[in-house]
Amino acid sequence: MMFDGSQASLRKFLSDLPPVDQVGADARAAMLATRSIKTSSKAWAIDMAISMVDLTTLEGADTPGKVKSLCAKAVRPDPTDLTVPSVGAICVYNDMVKTARAELDLIGGKSIPVAAVATAFPSGRASIEVKKLDTQNAVDAGANEIDMVIDRGAFLSGKLIQVFEEIQIIKHICGDKAHLKVILETGELVTYDNVRKASFLAMLAGADFIKTSTGKVAPAATAPVVLVMLEAVRDYFTMTGKKIGVKPAGGIRTTKDAIKQLVLVNETAGDQWLTPDLFRIGASALLNDLLMQRMKLRTGHYASANYVTID
Amino acid sequence: MSRIDVNKTYKLFIGGTFPRSESGRVYEVKAANKKFLANPALASRKDLRDAVVAAKSAQAGWASATAFNRGQILYRIAEMMQGRADQFTEEIVALEGVTNKVAKLQIEEAIDTWVWYSGWCDKLSTYAGSQNQVAGPFYNFTTPEPLGVVAIFAESKPSLLGAVRTLAPVMAGGNTAVLIASENFPLPAITLGEVLSTSDVPAGVVNILSGKTSELYPWIGSHMEIDGVDVAGLSKRQEDELKLVGADNLKRISRFSTANHPERILSFMEQKTIWHPIGI
Repeated sequence: MMFDGSQASLRKFLSDLPPVDQVGADARAAMLATRSIKTSSKAWAIDMAISMVDLTTLEGADTPGKVKSLCAKAVRPDPTDLTVPSVGAICVYNDMVKTARAELDLIGGKSIPVAAVATAFPSGRASIEVKKLDTQNAVDAGANEIDMVIDRGAFLSGKLIQVFEEIQIIKHICGDKAHLKVILETGELVTYDNVRKASFLAMLAGADFIKTSTGKVAPAATAPVVLVMLEAVRDYFTMTGKKIGVKPAGGIRTTKDAIKQLVLVNETAGDQWLTPDLFRIGASALLNDLLMQRMKLRTGHYASANYVTID
Repeated sequence: MSRIDVNKTYKLFIGGTFPRSESGRVYEVKAANKKFLANPALASRKDLRDAVVAAKSAQAGWASATAFNRGQILYRIAEMMQGRADQFTEEIVALEGVTNKVAKLQIEEAIDTWVWYSGWCDKLSTYAGSQNQVAGPFYNFTTPEPLGVVAIFAESKPSLLGAVRTLAPVMAGGNTAVLIASENFPLPAITLGEVLSTSDVPAGVVNILSGKTSELYPWIGSHMEIDGVDVAGLSKRQEDELKLVGADNLKRISRFSTANHPERILSFMEQKTIWHPIGI
């Protein structure tokens, strides 16, 4: 690999990345979306998807009560069926981390990580001092994962080094206490070339996961964007031997959408990535649809939304 | 110079759009004179599932529209049907083998049915609700509320009127509907979808499927999201089987006489009772 840590080599590496064939990526993603996953494969995929869900609440109106009920759902997504796996993580704002951690530990969810969004989520428009403190707060409160946003303004105006260094600083604060997920906000990056460039930038700076979106901007996790990111992760693995995770977030609402994502993973990065350690789905409404599809497979008749919780 | 016929493709009506069946299947419908008439879509259980999803998501909006507004929309359907009378006449004559005059009478009665039920929308709570006397300082009201999603098996004949007199009362009460057109006489019910889509009826409030009744009714019976069924177009044996699978999910299953009556609306409604302290 031609990257030695210097600014010059980073610039050279990123500008030498081959451009993405946009039409090819769209066509490939559309083709993979037509795969039909049925019966026992579908049952496996639904359980896998449930265990990959980062159950998320990122609202101004979040209350400790709402976070606690979400924790209960994370541990036991369907209280009437103990064979349903727990979700991958809980994802909340900084100030709710303590509440979530305490509640999870209390109700038997010790193994479920708490992810906190940080660095002036969702816009990323704050000084580096604020971003550092934001992250430090979350880590101190017991967050196991930090979902940071990159400074898209800096990225789009070509200040790649600034973005790179910010990620390094945040990674340093996370240390070995928390995993770092870097949110690219692909909806604001405009082109697939930028998505590829930002993916490599984040991975080189020390990201453990690259994440598509905040969920506050549309379009969010579209299939071609996830494909481009999975290709970047695969290529990075070939270059360095390091496995980086991918987390699509935003706009994944149905079981069909989730299964399409799993197909993308399997066909792009490979089946080694089909684990909650390397692939997560940021969602809130998705979990209910997964549970309803699971009920349908189990009972043989179509399920009703009246039998899952209103979050 | 001779001209090539431009024939209509009879498609499904789901969530305000006209898709073909996801299965890609069609079936043959014959005219009264045994000649080929059309190849409507043959709906699969997945089309049914999609229709129920559309009906469920439209239900809250339709139920919360003011009763007056619902009445206006039902009246609008009558107006739109009047404009398409010729098309309906043609279909009914071909399908049922009746005269133009008989077909026109059926269409008029169908239009009048919409008008009749449109008038009921804003009178239901006065007719079926009450202010109850209770021993305490409370007002106590009872008002009818829609059940949710209602599936309808339309009668075979009369083909248009049979669909309208089952659909109109379901809509009037604020329910959303999945209408299964009659298997052998489906064309007027399918064309009804085109009327509904130009009558300010919100997308998903009515969904119309054509296909084999025998293939669809067991899935309707067991579907947890369907709250009521009008079994006008089912045989007694099919109705009994539907009741058997529908018992699991407490589905309300009804069969009515052909006459228009407010009870047809109220059968697919629940009574909600509210207590309110006096003086506050």
